[in-house]
Amino acid sequence: MTNHMVDLRNTDVCFLIGSNMAENHPIGIKWLLKGKETRGNTIINVDPRYTRTSKVADIYAPMRSGTDIAFMGGMINYILQNDLYHREYIQYYTNAPFLVREEYEFNDGLFNGYDGQTRIYDGSTWDYQLDGEGNPVKDMTLENPRSVFQLMKEHYSRYDIDTVCAITGTPRAKYLEVLETFCATGAPDKVGTICYAMGTTQQSKGSQNVRSYAVVQLLLGNMGRPGGGTNALRGENNVQGATDYGNLFHILPGYLGSPVSTTHPTYERYLEVQTPASGYWVNTPKFMASLLKAWWRDEDPAVSYNYIPKREGAKDYSFMNMFENMYKGEIDGLFVFGTNPMVGGPNTNKEQRALANLKWMVQSDLWFNETSEFWSYQAFDRPTAKDEYGLLTPPEIQTEVFFLPACGVYEKEGTASQTGRWVQYRWQAALPAGESDADLYIYDKLAKAVKKQYEGSTRPEDEPITRLTWDYVFTHDHTADIAQVDLEINGYYVDDPSRPVEGFPNLQADGSTACGCWVYCGMLELRNGEVHCKPKNRDNRDTSVNGLGIFANWAWSWPLNRRIVYNRCSVQPDGVTPWPGDEKRVLIQWNAEAGRWMGDDVPDFGATVAPDAPGGTNAFIMLPEGVGRLFATKGSMREGPFPEHYEPWESPTQNVLSSQQVNPMGLFWEPEKQGRPEDYPLVGTTYRVVEHWQSGALTRNQPWLSEAMPHMFVEISEQLAFERGIKNKDQIIVSTSRGEIKAYAMVTKRLRPMMINGRETHQIGMLWHFGYKGYSTGDPANRLTAHVGCPNSRIPEYKAFLCDIRRA
Amino acid sequence: MARMTNLYDTSKCSACRGCVIACKDWNQLPGEVRKFSGSYDALEDTNGDTFTIIKMLEHEDPVDGLSWNFVKYQCMHCFDPACKQVCPAGVYSITEWGAVVQDLDKCIGCRYCEYGCPFMIPKYRKRVDLSTKCTLCNDLVGQEDYRGLPTMPACARTCPTDALVFGERNELMRQAEDRARFLQANGFPRATIYGKLELGGLNKIYVLTDTPDKFGLPVDPKVSGTISGWQNWIQPYAAWLIPLALAGSAISFVTTRLLANKYGDHDEAHQEGGHE
Repeated sequence: MTNHMVDLRNTDVCFLIGSNMAENHPIGIKWLLKGKETRGNTIINVDPRYTRTSKVADIYAPMRSGTDIAFMGGMINYILQNDLYHREYIQYYTNAPFLVREEYEFNDGLFNGYDGQTRIYDGSTWDYQLDGEGNPVKDMTLENPRSVFQLMKEHYSRYDIDTVCAITGTPRAKYLEVLETFCATGAPDKVGTICYAMGTTQQSKGSQNVRSYAVVQLLLGNMGRPGGGTNALRGENNVQGATDYGNLFHILPGYLGSPVSTTHPTYERYLEVQTPASGYWVNTPKFMASLLKAWWRDEDPAVSYNYIPKREGAKDYSFMNMFENMYKGEIDGLFVFGTNPMVGGPNTNKEQRALANLKWMVQSDLWFNETSEFWSYQAFDRPTAKDEYGLLTPPEIQTEVFFLPACGVYEKEGTASQTGRWVQYRWQAALPAGESDADLYIYDKLAKAVKKQYEGSTRPEDEPITRLTWDYVFTHDHTADIAQVDLEINGYYVDDPSRPVEGFPNLQADGSTACGCWVYCGMLELRNGEVHCKPKNRDNRDTSVNGLGIFANWAWSWPLNRRIVYNRCSVQPDGVTPWPGDEKRVLIQWNAEAGRWMGDDVPDFGATVAPDAPGGTNAFIMLPEGVGRLFATKGSMREGPFPEHYEPWESPTQNVLSSQQVNPMGLFWEPEKQGRPEDYPLVGTTYRVVEHWQSGALTRNQPWLSEAMPHMFVEISEQLAFERGIKNKDQIIVSTSRGEIKAYAMVTKRLRPMMINGRETHQIGMLWHFGYKGYSTGDPANRLTAHVGCPNSRIPEYKAFLCDIRRA
Repeated sequence: MARMTNLYDTSKCSACRGCVIACKDWNQLPGEVRKFSGSYDALEDTNGDTFTIIKMLEHEDPVDGLSWNFVKYQCMHCFDPACKQVCPAGVYSITEWGAVVQDLDKCIGCRYCEYGCPFMIPKYRKRVDLSTKCTLCNDLVGQEDYRGLPTMPACARTCPTDALVFGERNELMRQAEDRARFLQANGFPRATIYGKLELGGLNKIYVLTDTPDKFGLPVDPKVSGTISGWQNWIQPYAAWLIPLALAGSAISFVTTRLLANKYGDHDEAHQEGGHE
């Protein structure tokens, strides 16, 4: 989230798309509902089906799964055609006035630079025109036809209301109501927020979906202001922490790019490639050197850089490709911690077959789950014989499976980073039961065992392990260990290892500081000679003057306790005047006497950079140009500078906006298994309910929660049920080109057929919580989903696929 | 102690069912996987091991379109509870702050309360042969939590959206009336409150966004005439029945034996006459 949960109460209009907040963030939605009482806000919900969120929303509009960009493109067009944008905001805080190079063009669904053979864009010409000094050329009147503003206006002129409604299936009157309500926040005194979640991201163009929201928020001047922002509602509590700490193959902790053997062979080369000329990332050498010092304290970063494994060129190490490689037999072993891919992974039939190719697998969880038991007879039990990837019996599977009992969150200690970037400390409430233990403890034992194996080795290739700094002391009751890890994450001075670094501006490139994750630097401080962990702060008094709910002394928020990022935008470019009519939602202001920015929030800006100094309005400090990107430059978004609508990989209709049917750079592993609408006429999607959590490994082992939502079901409309002769509570078979599952039919008024490009189209939806272990069991919905992904994030397309149903 | 109650506002409820689980937790009630119900309401009604549920009712109106009405359903803690009236074993009593509570040691499992209740709330827990229901957390209310704040029922304590709050009934009734007026002016013209006058007053207040029937609540709940007849006319005199019966026997004895003896000849003559 650019803002945070409490801040949702400051909004005038909340636009919930691709999110079922009431079910998946039942605590978070209270701030929206509070805002309803205190500000009289309006909540809009756009979703294929009427959900519990739709019930608490003021306006509900249906939309076919996988058509977010069409929906938002229509909104961008509506904003531009009706001059509803926040003019001064986009002039100063976005790249709307920047002129784009002449080479850039868009033609019939494709941007320039596309290679049809490799299906890859060369985005190097998607860039600004530069003047003699290398600065981007701007036209502040926004009239130049090569300005981002005019190019954008032209690009989205095709997204007229009738075309959009034909694609999305939204009734025209509802669509207009949504547009009018949300676009009214373009007024300087109004702020709207967009909250989204997995419904948005889990598509073959998920990243561009998010960008389309960001573009709308920039146009309406809603970024960096209380009650605004583009807010990702994370799927679980510490997912924010997982990405911050680099739990992805393409980044190291703190969003530093992970090195590739071809482009970053040496430390010098890495710094050269990764450090831009301007923007906050110019500090990359400080962050990288400190990270390397945290891992190999006694080595020079230029040496220890070589210890990091390098990625092989364009090789894809993401979840789906990892399972593809496993399926091909290229991977010997697998560690599975805190995840249950046999329920949660896409195309689980194939992934289950892939696990059988492993020599060994280690699973750590609270209970035996579908992944740890993937080899059982139960696991290969199918409602029909149809399985494209071959069924096995346990004697045929040679994988050796180890199970490490993990403890629950209340039995361990540490911090969790929630969706609003708050790092909150969680204390241990009970000692772990039996032999179970915390992940940290398990990993520590493992690392020490590995180090022991290499003890005494003098071979240079063993140095990454032999020279690794690993001196933690982990215990069952976490008496001291978390503090050690906290200190490493926060950073310390190498010559005084007990002294925490005060904040990331103090990190050094010369190896004198060590820091495990630079965005968390400043989380610790010295208080009366003792190290104080700010995530332990629990002062629930609002620290803002105007009651904006900043709560600066409740936990700690990265970066540097900034609660709302880009907060320079909460005040006019002059740095002093609030936006007209919005005096109460100013976060920071320039104080000329003190010569610094002051206010309720920590400035997300150079603390002493005056508004009239060079770069004084560069509110988006992480970007080299310092302004929000309506136009994404230089291939920073792989499939184009503007989000463009393409149909999902499996779609019931043709793309009416261009002849490009699917994302030109989308990741598709099994082209022969693309379902066709003739065979699979229904649009399917998967989702969660409040009663269960993720793959259900925790909740389906709880009797109360199992009782509250005991069965796998598929929601279908009354019309479809009538057409297929299905009655409520009937058992049905859902099939795709990849597999079949059995489930109960839930016939409901909350789903309705949609008119898609003139044809009545049915959408169905199903839970993905179920598996064959636990108190409540059912077939995993992900036996139906495909190995299809977004080229930017490589997230699977769980949310839109073609399927068919019949009575069991 | 003032009358304390829950205010449940359907306009704020997101049906997260935190209250349902919190109730199970505080009362340590078991869970059971049942047959598929055909809707999100896996628990369609309260049962011997479930004191409260959230119902999610789909309602389609030709004018207003689709609405999905969420409603919490549990014991209403009536001012004049039918369960108490019909119970032959004296299980039911009303606490000084208004909760209708049971002394389960006395329960004989006759299930009269279940059939007497206009909301069909007490439910039979077969394995122990008892009828059970919501206690309004009588065992929790009236204490202080770790912060020194007054404790409240587990359901209200858990509710994340403040759809369910706990407090003094008079104050909450004022809030409820204000809220209903606000809702009436803001898109819910039929918004109403429930629990103020029904059955002479319930110790549960509802703010409904529509008429009670859309929430599965009886529009005008009534206690059956048989029950009130039993309660008002028969039960008060029940204690007199045995003495009355004894008195009747005594009178009969006097009239048939003693008086018969006194006028024995005549009687015998008559009997004899009968024989003739």
